[in-house]
Amino acid sequence: MNFIFDYYNYWVVVFLMMAGFYIVISANNLVKKIVGLNIFQTSVFILYISMGKVSGGTAPILVEGVTQYSNPLPHVLILTAIVVGVATTAVGLSLIVRIKRAYGTVEENEFENTDDAI
Amino acid sequence: MTELIDLVLLAMLALTALKIIFLKDLFAVVMLFGIYSFLSALIFINLDAVDVAFTEASVGAGISSVLMLGTLALTGRTEKENKRSSLLPLLVVTVTGAALIYGTLDMPPFGAANNPVHEHVAPRYIEESPKEVGLPNMVTSVLASYRGFDTLGETVVVFAAAIGVLALLGVRREKTDNVRQSGFTDHYVLRIIAKLVIPLIILFALYVQFHGDFGPGGGFQAGVIAAAAFILYALVYGLPSAFRVVGPKFLQGLASFGVLLYASVGLYSMFKGGQFLDYNKLAVDPLAGQHYGIIIIELGVGITVFAVMLSIYYAFASQTERGNT
Repeated sequence: MNFIFDYYNYWVVVFLMMAGFYIVISANNLVKKIVGLNIFQTSVFILYISMGKVSGGTAPILVEGVTQYSNPLPHVLILTAIVVGVATTAVGLSLIVRIKRAYGTVEENEFENTDDAI
Repeated sequence: MTELIDLVLLAMLALTALKIIFLKDLFAVVMLFGIYSFLSALIFINLDAVDVAFTEASVGAGISSVLMLGTLALTGRTEKENKRSSLLPLLVVTVTGAALIYGTLDMPPFGAANNPVHEHVAPRYIEESPKEVGLPNMVTSVLASYRGFDTLGETVVVFAAAIGVLALLGVRREKTDNVRQSGFTDHYVLRIIAKLVIPLIILFALYVQFHGDFGPGGGFQAGVIAAAAFILYALVYGLPSAFRVVGPKFLQGLASFGVLLYASVGLYSMFKGGQFLDYNKLAVDPLAGQHYGIIIIELGVGITVFAVMLSIYYAFASQTERGNT
């Protein structure tokens, strides 16, 4: 049982990462691909935060009488990564809007045969 | 108990991801993605990352979903039937996943206090940052002071993304002024509730902004929350009225102002004889200097993030309104 608890977080992270990866390579719709990328990204966030957790620790905000804190460094990295992530997602989505305007579709297999419309 | 909550939440997260794979209705996919984000925010709280949870809840579940819905309004809400075989992707994913699972067996056990990650720089942050920087929230200390240069880079990336979106889509102001009245002007319940809620959201954003040194929060979260208040206003009262409150041009200036404010703190500390972003030199007392520096750069981050998120929303929303005519 301990063995499962030791690695459970990492396994779920791998599952989520692969779920996101699967959506990215198999989905036809570009918006769905972006959702897949976001799932992939969140799985990386969970991996980092899982590594930062210390059993019996508390949130890294100074409280009197507490000596065991979780690691603040992964929190900092992921906090900024989330905001950067949404900003890049927005760029991706606006590219999709432009693709829709140029090709009239956002299904991958429908515009790979059309000529350059832009 | 923590482990048990972790177990359940991660299982729910995995189920949500699985459901997203098979859904063809993209509206439902985006809604499920919002749930996915909220679940991961809960997991972050359970794993002691309160600041991260805060950001994920406001950004992942809030802004991301709004932007994706805005895109769906332009591109259609159902995914077409996929005729390609899904065998090859499945094979690739299974093999990669198996290799990664094999790799996790070499990871140190979850939660052990003597894991390698906790042995290098982290103890110093935990033990010294309350004395060196003087803030109880270690995440803010590391974010704004020890890794201030890094955070400046990230703020610039967010700014660059806004430039990218505006270059790709642009905000069509002249045209949106002429389109039919947008927003939910007939829905009195929505209008009145929005009127009640918006000031509270802005107040909360300011609290998060200036209390970030002591509790969870900071510029990134506050910027997003403040932007959410204005997005709500634009959704309910229509884009043209939102433009009258904060114009797109003003926002573009605001976005660059935030980055410049951040960078100028760095330059000012060089001017005072320190290194770039060395807050100790900002005041006679190094601790007071740290505090001034962090408040100003967090303000810069907050302003930039607010302006960027709102500009991006404006860009998407003005596309949608143009599409409706």
